Amino acid sequence: MKKIVLVLAGTVSVVVLLFGYDTSTSGPLSTGSQTSVVSGSGATGSGASGSGTTAAPAAGTTVTGDTAQTQWGPVQVELTLDGSTITDVSVVQYPNGNGRDQEINSYALPILVQETIDAQSADIDMVSGATVTSTGYVQSLQSAIDQVSA
Amino acid sequence: MTDPVWRAVEQVMGLPISVALRGRHAGSPAGAATWAAVVDDLRAVDAAYSSYLPDSWVSRRRRGEDAPAPEGLGEVLDLAEQARRQSGGAFDVRRGDVLDLDGVVKGWAVARAAQRFRALDETDSCLSGGGDMACWTADPDGRPWEIGIEHPLDPGRLVARVPVARGAVATSGTAHRGAHIVDARTGLAPAGLASVTVIGADLTWVDIEATAAFALGVDGIDWLRARPGRSGLVVHTDGTVEAWSSADAYRS
Repeated sequence: MKKIVLVLAGTVSVVVLLFGYDTSTSGPLSTGSQTSVVSGSGATGSGASGSGTTAAPAAGTTVTGDTAQTQWGPVQVELTLDGSTITDVSVVQYPNGNGRDQEINSYALPILVQETIDAQSADIDMVSGATVTSTGYVQSLQSAIDQVSA
Repeated sequence: MTDPVWRAVEQVMGLPISVALRGRHAGSPAGAATWAAVVDDLRAVDAAYSSYLPDSWVSRRRRGEDAPAPEGLGEVLDLAEQARRQSGGAFDVRRGDVLDLDGVVKGWAVARAAQRFRALDETDSCLSGGGDMACWTADPDGRPWEIGIEHPLDPGRLVARVPVARGAVATSGTAHRGAHIVDARTGLAPAGLASVTVIGADLTWVDIEATAAFALGVDGIDWLRARPGRSGLVVHTDGTVEAWSSADAYRS
């Protein structure tokens, strides 16, 4: 049982890190200590402290981890186990609880198109690209590069 | 039926800064005053952080002069350090002893200045600094801004379009500029990618991420896809295009 829980902890921490934004500073919601929130709280018992049972989880057992707080909001994952093997990891809760968090989950897939900017872009509001620049910027970059090479 | 869009452009930080306003304050005195304040903000940032203005803090520091730290410096340096760590060193504002904060400051400054527009009631705004933009709609579920993504191999054409209500879009690439982005780990221009576009919540970060992913080259795609809460589009130098939305990745 203990071994299983350690495996769970490792897997869940990886998932949580995907949601971690700031891995370099140590604010109250940073990801450094996220593994500590992991404790099996699902049908198979409660981790290292155990519930006394020594049986391995049955096939298809699911375990839902505790909610982890990240910079964006709560994240919770669910594991599916076949015996002691993790067969699936799914995110059952990810940050979407408030306005800002909703923003980060709602970006559309860019739609590929073939159109000229001039002729058919009446309904395009702005263009994003690397070419929208001016000579001053190019010169400034060039001067920076020149200083590096000097 | 579409609301008329009020537009203006100014050259600041060596870039064309463009704004589009839609709704109540499109063309109103308050809208124009806010735009003027935004331009002032950006000029102040430029005066402090530009690497090509001789009196900027960055230039004075390079010359070894004592200069009072400009407003926001702590935040900018912290962003730069986060970007360096998270990109595995590909994004670095220091090249040897030379500090060049342009890669962080531009997106940060535009993102910060764009927040002024949110005070305009019933008004949508989109502020672009050289093709990287922060969009806002007064109603989060309102009609989004339609953003075209330029084709890096065929400027003048779009490769994609993406609707953005509240969010940001940034593109890095070599088109028309030559290879000005280098991988800070190697000092070389990256190979394999023509452009990288990132769509997310915060212009500061999508700008850094587009630059870092482009610097990482092909390796940057997986790095970028692993970052949650973003959509992206990559054009390879052979013309292959791939696009993704992070929402797909976390719901599958």
